[in-house]
Amino acid sequence: MSILALKNVSKSFGALKVTDSASFDVPQGQALGIIGPNGAGKSTLFNLITGNLKADEGSIHFDGRDVTNVSAMERCLMGIGRSFQIPQPFEKMTVYENLLVAATHGRNQSEGQVQQACATVLEQTEMLRRANTPAGQLSLLERKRLELARAMATEPRLLLLDEIAGGLTEGECQALIQTIKDIHAQGVTIIWIEHVLHALTSVVERLLVLDFGKVIGIGDPDEIMASREVKEIYLGIDV
Amino acid sequence: MNTYVVETRTRASNVTAILGTALVIALILLPLYAGRSTIQDMFFILTMLVLAQFWNLLAGYGGLVSIGQQAFVGMGAYALFGGVILAGMDPVPAILLSGVAALVIAIPTAFFAFRLQGAYFAIGTWVIAEVFRLLLAQWKTLGGGTGTSLPRSATKDMWFVDAIKTLLDVKTSAARDILAYWLALLLALATIGGIYWLLRTRRGLALAAVRDNTEAAKSVGVDADRMKWMVFLTSAFGTGLAGGLIYMQKARISPDAAFSVTDWTAYVIFIVVIGGIGTIEGPILGVLIFFALQSLLADFGSWYLLSLGVLAIAIMLIAPRGIWGLISERTGLQLFPIRRRLKGGQLDNLED
Repeated sequence: MSILALKNVSKSFGALKVTDSASFDVPQGQALGIIGPNGAGKSTLFNLITGNLKADEGSIHFDGRDVTNVSAMERCLMGIGRSFQIPQPFEKMTVYENLLVAATHGRNQSEGQVQQACATVLEQTEMLRRANTPAGQLSLLERKRLELARAMATEPRLLLLDEIAGGLTEGECQALIQTIKDIHAQGVTIIWIEHVLHALTSVVERLLVLDFGKVIGIGDPDEIMASREVKEIYLGIDV
Repeated sequence: MNTYVVETRTRASNVTAILGTALVIALILLPLYAGRSTIQDMFFILTMLVLAQFWNLLAGYGGLVSIGQQAFVGMGAYALFGGVILAGMDPVPAILLSGVAALVIAIPTAFFAFRLQGAYFAIGTWVIAEVFRLLLAQWKTLGGGTGTSLPRSATKDMWFVDAIKTLLDVKTSAARDILAYWLALLLALATIGGIYWLLRTRRGLALAAVRDNTEAAKSVGVDADRMKWMVFLTSAFGTGLAGGLIYMQKARISPDAAFSVTDWTAYVIFIVVIGGIGTIEGPILGVLIFFALQSLLADFGSWYLLSLGVLAIAIMLIAPRGIWGLISERTGLQLFPIRRRLKGGQLDNLED
């Protein structure tokens, strides 16, 4: 059964069509990678799925329910968690408090109920040692980990990761991949936008290519990477 | 299984609790040993503190920078005068009417102002406040544009005044000031206590998240719109109560004074900004500095306002988090701690 289904979803900013009639399904428990050149509309697609943006046309179903007109806040409560491409921590709050907001509001529980769960997420994302540090003082890697941790604190069934490996060193990247693999192994469905292709392909089971807002390919990662369109459009190689 | 615990108390906050209790007792007993002018000064300080705490809740925690708080002071004041003059109420219970009236006009105000963002919101609230001032200036029964006074009969046998006269052996006018002072003290304590309580709940977390990043807050399930409404209406209610109390003590009202943007918003912003926005301690420190400056510079006319402006600019440049922000940064001092610190479990072996 598919946990997420997009049907002919379109979004324009003025005259620019950023998402052009996108349709695809994500089966429960799958990890889907999204690639495409800069400006292809990847982050916009995420914002449409999370509800931070409203679709102009088409429909989005999550878990069998039509969520096209449901707010970002409610979609979070339904089980959609996300990280932002540019980390958006609550800067004046500590790392632990960042998770606490997500856990108490994203799951509608009291602080006491989520305390241990937040600590467990901090352990899992290797952020425990920074628990009491204000988020504004974190390094880039730590900010990215916080994005992941905060999304996890809402206990999502669908986790959207937006370029979470970008700008990291190879060592940092490997550690992050392992964390994401662990999360995926728990049964969380993942959709991951990434330019760091080896990071992406080491986790995902399916790959989607986006160009000028259009889905131009979806399928097995090896086949997609070997396809002529991807080489031409995404890698800029004239085949 | 490792057990984690969360702490908010600090050593400084335990000391604050003890010193704070002593200070509150001293303030309650103040009329026993202080003269009438001290009581009036303290009334001014306490009511400005209440206005500052509510503006801070709005701007410092809710991210809603309003320049229209005078709408709620003025509306609260006029509601009190209306209740006393038109309905024959006693001024003391009429203060509650002030809060309710401010709350009632806050609903349409928010409805319009929330369509605006940032600077447009600020200007919008100011414009709406002007609309209320002009409307009330048309109300002839309450003195129109020139204003009116509370009837002597109403102020003479106000609730509690006789009791205070007998208890402290003072004249009626002094007893009225003492009553106003005690009510202001009660309001200030309730305001600080209430805001501190709010910030330590789940809603306080949501409020801080909305302030830091609204979009991200929505993405983790925070109802950002509801938080804004809650903060705006709470601030309006509290500001209205303060407005009613201030004008009960003044016993004379005019639209220009009650809806003064300088007295009820500009000074209040000054207090919060120099003291430290986004903290409970900031407005407390700010109001004391403001009062000291006002007493020192009162004789210098427009130079007084110029110096306030220069000081505000200097502080914004040197210490954008205000004087309390500077102190707290250097010393780590928090008198009203809200930070949740995770302890125990694996953290005991980890933390650097």
